[in-house]
Amino acid sequence: MLRQIEGSRAVAETVARCRPEVVCAYPISPQTHIIEAIGAMVKAGTLSPCEFINVESEFAAMSVSIGASAAGARAFTATASQGLLFMIEAVYNAAGLGLPIVMTLANRAIGAPINIWNDHSDAMAVRDSGWIQLFAETNQEAADLHVQAFRLAEELSVPVMVCMDGFILTHAVEGVDVPEQSDVDAFLPPYEPRQVLDPDDPVSIGAMVGPEAFEEVRYLAHLRHLDALERIPSLAAAFAEAFGRQSGGLVRPYRTEDAETIVVALGSVLGTIKDAVDGRRDAGERVGVVGITSFRPFPLDAVRDALSGARRVVVVEKAFSVGFGGVLSTDVAMATHDAGCSLRTVVAGLGGRAITRRSLEEMLAAASRDELDSVTFLDLDHGIIERERARMGATRRSGPSAENVLRDLGTVASWIG
Amino acid sequence: MTTQPVRFYQVGSFAVGNRLLPDDDRTVQSDQNRTNSLDSGHRACQGCGEALGARYALDAAMRATGGRLVAVNATGCLEVFSTPYPETSWRIPWLHSLFGNAPAVATGVAAAMKVKGKGDVRVVAQAGDGGTVDIGFGCLSGMFERNDDVLFICYDNQAYMNTGVQRSGATPPAARTATTEAVGPEPGNVFGQGKDLPRLAMAHDIRYVATATVADLHDLEEKVERAMQLHGARYLHILVPCPLGWGSAPNDTILVARLAKETGLFPVFEAEYGKVTAVSPIRHRTPVEDYLSIQRRYAHLFGEHSRTDIIARIQAIADQNIATYGLIDDEADSRGQKEVTA
Ligand SMILES: Cc1ncc(C[n+]2csc(CCOP(=O)(O)OP(=O)(O)O)c2C)c(N)n1
Ligand code: SF4
Ligand SMILES: [Mg+2]
Repeated sequence: MLRQIEGSRAVAETVARCRPEVVCAYPISPQTHIIEAIGAMVKAGTLSPCEFINVESEFAAMSVSIGASAAGARAFTATASQGLLFMIEAVYNAAGLGLPIVMTLANRAIGAPINIWNDHSDAMAVRDSGWIQLFAETNQEAADLHVQAFRLAEELSVPVMVCMDGFILTHAVEGVDVPEQSDVDAFLPPYEPRQVLDPDDPVSIGAMVGPEAFEEVRYLAHLRHLDALERIPSLAAAFAEAFGRQSGGLVRPYRTEDAETIVVALGSVLGTIKDAVDGRRDAGERVGVVGITSFRPFPLDAVRDALSGARRVVVVEKAFSVGFGGVLSTDVAMATHDAGCSLRTVVAGLGGRAITRRSLEEMLAAASRDELDSVTFLDLDHGIIERERARMGATRRSGPSAENVLRDLGTVASWIG
Repeated sequence: MTTQPVRFYQVGSFAVGNRLLPDDDRTVQSDQNRTNSLDSGHRACQGCGEALGARYALDAAMRATGGRLVAVNATGCLEVFSTPYPETSWRIPWLHSLFGNAPAVATGVAAAMKVKGKGDVRVVAQAGDGGTVDIGFGCLSGMFERNDDVLFICYDNQAYMNTGVQRSGATPPAARTATTEAVGPEPGNVFGQGKDLPRLAMAHDIRYVATATVADLHDLEEKVERAMQLHGARYLHILVPCPLGWGSAPNDTILVARLAKETGLFPVFEAEYGKVTAVSPIRHRTPVEDYLSIQRRYAHLFGEHSRTDIIARIQAIADQNIATYGLIDDEADSRGQKEVTA
């Protein structure tokens, strides 16, 4: 049943229907509404049995989840940005131990400068941690991906992070069909751990591994991700069968059939990109877009196939590697290195900067004319950059750049458009 | 008729002789059916007090829980020497995650047991002093504050031993470590720093806090048993000499631990809900020199350029402990425990 509902609320209700047994909460915007709603359900007794634990940090949130999962409980938590970085040692540890924890990441920029708005820097910071990372395009998909995430995680003994754009999705109210309890129960069997702390069958978990076996243990983790590349599409198909809608999968092409230029992106910006693609199609340009749902494992083959007809590939990214360029772009480049197409990176939407259809269309038009630089920062205010560079050149003690730039802008309230 | 009071502390070591006790009062360690939770074959140094302390504590906890126990371990010597892949010395379910998160991981295990209807399975978390007073303190304080059903055991060897004997927040004044070298006018660790974790634990008003040493097996086992009878957050701080880091003879581990207590440098006591309820009195008051001089980490205080001034400052700390905790009392009961009326 479609209901007008906030994205966070839809995710919280869906997670509750996945019957998590231990949920840790530590607040950080824009993730707060998710854990608050789950906490209320546990307190009211509508989500039971479930231990809802208010921890003292994100590091503890992930650590409690590790203990709970190793003891055989279905564990869930949610975080964003600084919180993800604060727990990063435990994030790697959960994956290394093969514990099927599910976590919502309400994607947000990383400071300094501190910024609570959306981009993908946080997800990229744990790209290599061993977690499966699925990106939701809409709130419906965010909800649905959680159901698939628990099953995927538990089948493969790999933790799964469902990434949903902070505010843009978490705080947006729109129609969502929250999966029904009976359907979720039918889709998601109870958690059967592969390894568990049990006095009746004692095992040691978390041993020290030296050079003689470390590479093998890590390779096994890699193989489980390769297994996930097979499992993600089949789970999405099973989900479609059970729930009657498409959610998840590896990649999602849109109007790519005869496209010369194909945009690649992650998350909610795909909606705006599709509108821009429609606009450029109307103007006679052959453009399309490929959304990547599974960022880790990265579906090299599926991306290669989806981009096979393109002359130009433009990767629109809400993150970048300082001193280098695109992050997603390097992965796409691996998929297309022998395909003979050009590859351009467009960094956009950092710290919540709105990615407008108009800017995207202008960018696409430039791409079609082969006038796009190899790395472009969309809507970058070059005047501001030049003035700050001049200040830095003129005097040693030029002060903090962030404050200088804000003063230069002369705005007090946040300007995201 | 003249009577002679029975003294348990008859042997030269002051250890309680098991043979004098009824079967029920004998130690878990003397029981042939003890679990050997931490079994032989591990890679600890000779005379390692931490290995001893862990086996004592966990065997006692195993008996107290009827074998329904899970242990969570922080990174450190105990973790490294017990589980060199693919071997393990643990005969109990055991989980190592990270250096600083053992209290939180244990919270998760306890929560899982509760939600799974296995509330009879109890949880012990353990760490060295570094994993407890420094890097793990945030998680530990959180676990205390929430009153999670976990017994946390700190094996205090007073430095980061696993990484090569660096100073921790539990390293005592004047002790030489690899990062508080015995050079300069104030050799070794500085005075006036460091954390007293048992008192910090008490400040959380948790159910039970106790200290113990590996020198008094009866006392240690009783405290573990008591802790396992209770629920909620509990804390046990065990002094475990480290022959490698302290520069003491491997066969002196028990002696060194006993002297730490008998000098007053390491007060042995119990507390409930933040109030001290019992202290183990000093039996033979001993000057700190006797304790310091058998450890090479204090070698710079003795010999040609002996530093009687520094030794006096350490003696003053011992004297202060004796006064604070009332460690000298002739009316201690025969078991060496003095009840404190709160
Ligand atoms: C986050 C992190 N920082 C540092 C280390 C390195 N490290 C491993 S064990 C250890 C020392 C442990 O000291 P302690 O907790 O006192 O235990 P001990 O080895 O003395 O028994 C250190 C510093 C680590 N593993 N993880
Ligand atoms: S260094 Fe110390 S604590 Fe570590 S194994 Fe050796 S004696 Fe034990
Ligand atoms: Mg130590």
